[in-house]
Amino acid sequence: MVPAAFLGVFFLYPVGSILVRGLGADGLNRLVELPGRSSFRSVAWFTLWQAVASTVLTVVVALPGAHLLARRRFRGRSLLRAAATVPFVLPTVVVGGAFLALFERLGLADGPLRLTRTAGAILAAHVFFNVAVVLRTVGTFWEGLDPRAVEQARVLGASPVQAFRWVTWPRLWPAVAAASSIVFLFCFTSFGVVLVLGGPTRATLETEVWRHAVFRGDLASATALAVVQLAAVVAMVVVTNRLQRRRAVAQRVVRRMPPPRASRRLLAGNLALLGVVLGLPIGVLVERSLTRGPAGGRGGGQWGDRWGGWTLDHYGALADRVNLLPVSALGALRNSLVFAVVAAGLAVVVGGLASVVVVHGRRAVARAFDLGMMLPLGASAVTVGFGMLIALDEPPLDFRSSRWLVPVAHALIGVPFVMRIVVPTLRGIDVRLREAAATLGATPARVRREIDLPIAARALSVGAGFSFAVSLGEFGATSFLPRHPDQLTAPLALFRLLSQPGHALRGQAMALAVVLMLATALSVLVIEGWGRRGTVRGDL
Amino acid sequence: MLRFRSVYSGVGLTAALLVGATSCGGDGASTTVSTSSGGPVVTEELAAIEASATTAAPTGLVTLITHDSFWVSEGTLAAFTEATGIEVVLQMAGDTGQMVSSAILTVGDPLGDVMFGIDNTFLQRALDADLFEAYESSALSGVPDELQLDASHRVTPVDFGDVCVNYWIDRFGDDLAAPTSLDDLADPAYADLLVVQNPETSSPGLAFLLATIAEYGDGWEDYWAALRDNGVVVTAGWEDAYYGEFVSGGGDRPIVVSYASSPPAEVIYADPPVDTPPTGVVTGTCFRQIEFAGILAGTDHRAAAELLVDFLLSPTFQEDIPLNMFVFPVLATAELPPTFVDFVELADDPHVLDPADIEAHRNDWSERWTEIVLR
Repeated sequence: MVPAAFLGVFFLYPVGSILVRGLGADGLNRLVELPGRSSFRSVAWFTLWQAVASTVLTVVVALPGAHLLARRRFRGRSLLRAAATVPFVLPTVVVGGAFLALFERLGLADGPLRLTRTAGAILAAHVFFNVAVVLRTVGTFWEGLDPRAVEQARVLGASPVQAFRWVTWPRLWPAVAAASSIVFLFCFTSFGVVLVLGGPTRATLETEVWRHAVFRGDLASATALAVVQLAAVVAMVVVTNRLQRRRAVAQRVVRRMPPPRASRRLLAGNLALLGVVLGLPIGVLVERSLTRGPAGGRGGGQWGDRWGGWTLDHYGALADRVNLLPVSALGALRNSLVFAVVAAGLAVVVGGLASVVVVHGRRAVARAFDLGMMLPLGASAVTVGFGMLIALDEPPLDFRSSRWLVPVAHALIGVPFVMRIVVPTLRGIDVRLREAAATLGATPARVRREIDLPIAARALSVGAGFSFAVSLGEFGATSFLPRHPDQLTAPLALFRLLSQPGHALRGQAMALAVVLMLATALSVLVIEGWGRRGTVRGDL
Repeated sequence: MLRFRSVYSGVGLTAALLVGATSCGGDGASTTVSTSSGGPVVTEELAAIEASATTAAPTGLVTLITHDSFWVSEGTLAAFTEATGIEVVLQMAGDTGQMVSSAILTVGDPLGDVMFGIDNTFLQRALDADLFEAYESSALSGVPDELQLDASHRVTPVDFGDVCVNYWIDRFGDDLAAPTSLDDLADPAYADLLVVQNPETSSPGLAFLLATIAEYGDGWEDYWAALRDNGVVVTAGWEDAYYGEFVSGGGDRPIVVSYASSPPAEVIYADPPVDTPPTGVVTGTCFRQIEFAGILAGTDHRAAAELLVDFLLSPTFQEDIPLNMFVFPVLATAELPPTFVDFVELADDPHVLDPADIEAHRNDWSERWTEIVLR
């Protein structure tokens, strides 16, 4: 009930309202015309292929890391886990800038290996943003798999590759599918990355919806495009949900031996890969936050004459309000943290309950939930934002000016994360375990409390961490909702700081981005620390 | 201040006329001309608003919808509350496009009472949607005529600023002089130096396209074909252009489309501090953007909304505008902070286009632009 009401009031009703309004205003005709337009076909095709390519690349880059996190023991494991979540909160305009600077320095801005203003730049940034999703969702599930099956296969003479192909992969598959579906949706509806890194000729359905709705004031065309986007998202979710349901392998609570220590080569290889993908762009941001502008405001162009020296001033400036902002940068960060706590709490409650329904509910209901709860991830920010404005305007649903609408919008995006991590785990719980408990006289509620909850706690905490990070970094939907100025969030503050020339502002923006990353990493460490108190152990 | 006056002649002339006009008018604003310090003026102006407040006797709250770039100093809005007893609730609604689009979606059932920040490129769309109720503020007498674009006063001008080509001073000198006109930018001598924003995704990008249309008329398409052949780079937004491609952010292009107020920002927010801006403005390339306020149709607080519009034109608010929003107050007599005006060059004769023209053609123009420049 709770999840259904939440989704209905804050997503289905608003989005339905705006679509009906748009289709009524000639949107239906536009929708019919769309397939005949070559510009539409090329946008749709680009949207699809870049999302598929980004998803495949992300999975390929992240799987070795997921294995490392799940199956090996090494110093700094929790830290790596938390650090990987960090890209999630970074606003695209900041990351876009970091990538452009990186391409410049690596010599990829021009010449045969040019990445600047190419689809390749978009893919690289998508991998950067989404590696964490695969690393964490798959890693968490992998950790819960009984390692003895693989050990037995190895004893029976299977090579590591064979063991992975025939033993691990079939069991891991549902989690990979779940993670991929999230990554796909993120890339399918990518906005800032496409605009900043793709160059002016590349557009996705998401950027086109925005351009028509906001810049051209053409609600009809925007709605037609939004309908296409939403239909594609529904189709995609239906397919991946089917794939995930195919088979989930029984999972037992085992008192596992501590996993083997990671070999140096494995560790080095993985860290090098993640270091390039995640570390380099972040490194650029950190460096920018610690340097002054070109000395005396002169020079420029070549790196050499731009050097203005190291400084910590930008961090010091975070506490002071600059003229452009209603609150100090730290004040904005505090707002973001409060919203994120609320959003993560909402997402865990709604997503947790919805997961139970998906796994144990009646089939039709379960499938409807599995589909419906994923949709907010694939709906454009424009649709959700405008929908909320026109739908939630009258009692009893008069929320459009409420300060809590922002975390609610964030929670909508967090719920799919919680579900995509919790559902495979719940499905994997050995039926015999639950049956045994029931035979021994446990009520269904007790089974849920004593068996499901402890096993799912870990997954819930990972989901909470993600929802938290999603909320901290969310920009799109937030920018559409009316806000009191003292509620400024950190990503919005960042945009304001970057809206005027001046290296003091830019440095402060970069420092804010770095502090935002640190706050994220710390929060994720803490949140997941709670989850780890469940029964599933095995790491330090 | 002197330097500012010399380049401010476009509205400066009107300002001079207004000195005469307002002193005959005999309202509180007339003293602002002779008073240079803010203190006494503030109280007098507010006293005028206070006086009208007591006649209309509105109370309670008034909601001001603005774009995200809106901000004023602490205490400025409190001065309004002190004078009228009305509290201002601020609601920020995204960038100008988002704000106008959401207001059009909620027309008749507005999110607030007054909207601030709609500019001349979006104005006609809002007027066509009957977004605003007419209100002629008495304070308009202090505002130059050329800034008052709506004869029926559905909107009231509050500030203006120019979108202009900026250049990095050190990159020009004896070998190559800094550009001085739109023509220069298409000259092969300036090949591969310019970065602009896509008019389909960026407000300054659109303003620059409009400047070229105002300058060349039907010839604008040829001009842009020439710019393309001259190696212009197009980015999606201002940030990518200024911080990504322009020298100031570490890029290698020394000419960028930005604002007339960018040079003072380069000084005020410099790190390390500088005495003069590293950038200059090509005044012949400027397009004037005027920002308006309007009372949203369907407001329940009409009287309070009127007082708020009056307040937006008061010296208290007007003089607070430059350093918070980096644009110019419309009130000709408003004092400007030295840090701001010292480094601003304002075009004598900026490019302008009729808002109705802009709305009627912008989609065609931007589509043609896309075909010419990007394909």
